[in-house]
Amino acid sequence: MYAFDLIRPRTLAEAVAALAEDGAQPVSGGQTLIPTLKARLAQPERLVSLWNIPELRGICEDDAGRLCIGAATTHAAVAAGVADRFPALAQLAGGIGDPAVRSRGTLGGSVANNDPAACYPAAVLATGATVVTDRRQIAADDWFQGMFATALEEREIVTEVRFPVPARAAYVKFVQPASRFAMVGVFVAQFADGVRVAVTGAAEDGVFRWTDAEDRLSDRFDATVLEGMAPPADGMIGDIHATPAYRAHLVGVMTRRAVAAA
Amino acid sequence: MADITVTVNGKAMRRSVPDHTLLSEFLRETLRLTGTHVGCDTSQCGACVVHVDGRAVKSCTTLAASVDGAAVTTIEGIASGSDLHPMQAAFNDHHGLQCGFCTPGMIMSGIDMVNRYKAEGRALTPDAIRHELEGNICRCTGYHNIVKAIEDAAGRMTSMATAAE
Repeated sequence: MYAFDLIRPRTLAEAVAALAEDGAQPVSGGQTLIPTLKARLAQPERLVSLWNIPELRGICEDDAGRLCIGAATTHAAVAAGVADRFPALAQLAGGIGDPAVRSRGTLGGSVANNDPAACYPAAVLATGATVVTDRRQIAADDWFQGMFATALEEREIVTEVRFPVPARAAYVKFVQPASRFAMVGVFVAQFADGVRVAVTGAAEDGVFRWTDAEDRLSDRFDATVLEGMAPPADGMIGDIHATPAYRAHLVGVMTRRAVAAA
Repeated sequence: MADITVTVNGKAMRRSVPDHTLLSEFLRETLRLTGTHVGCDTSQCGACVVHVDGRAVKSCTTLAASVDGAAVTTIEGIASGSDLHPMQAAFNDHHGLQCGFCTPGMIMSGIDMVNRYKAEGRALTPDAIRHELEGNICRCTGYHNIVKAIEDAAGRMTSMATAAE
């Protein structure tokens, strides 16, 4: 590992102040960032750890019934903490990476990184969640802006994500067998005012909503209404694991499975 | 430099380490606890798994300074004197290793999964063990005897806990 300074604030205010320094970057659980640093894909001079800031951790409900999850809450803590209130989200969190990664990796880190094959972005977009930072609130539809791109500004810190809890929901992923990342992952969420379908792993621009499927499922929430349907292969990722056409087909299959499982 | 105090295998250790020190480097090079292995160094193989405050983590993907104040358990800290931990004994009895390089991580992950499943009251089936081992790679055994060892150790650890009550 190359040499850098690590600042370890205990409060959000201290973290915000530490990030004002030139060349500073936040690190949460580090499960993506530390391998990235080792590979020299990024070489910040100063890391500001968000790991030991109690106000960034924990799970609660707001007056609107939304689940408010602190950004530094680990995948393991989400999997255990929301199992009764939002089982689809618990299942998603409990299926990220492997058990040791889930002990350290955090919700905020995943949402800020917006890896095109990460699981959390599908849940955030499908539920129409709100991403909260140290200075504002951003709707999921405005948050995700393409592969590894979000509305997050320099020196801004994700502090919390607020998830509306759907009446019915499920997340189904087809894993890339070596990395366990989603080759295609689909989160389906049914609310009183309609259905939202978010797809991760498949597209070059990262997570997206499959609106054709949403329209049909909002009329009737049944997997059979999607029979034979798939989104266009244009813009899907093509790599050694799967062609764009294969990924597009998988989106149809995974969505039908998610509806059946919800 | 970061001044950190970490309880390693029950003993408080106070050291000053460069900020960028990985937990795996701290254990192996600063404390000379070389039972924790580094296989891939890219957080995929799991040979470096240790417990931090009772949870399995990949020590090659954790900064030493971030475990300041925590309790770390390594493969060196699980036996009681000359009595092997039941997970170690089960790996021996079931021939759950060949070259042994992955074994420290396998055993630490094995103990972690048994503890979690017991706490949640869930059954640790052979299928569940295979699923739980997704972050630990073995290139010798084909996993069959590792799964058998963990399944057997789960029974032994339960009966130990019952006996202790």
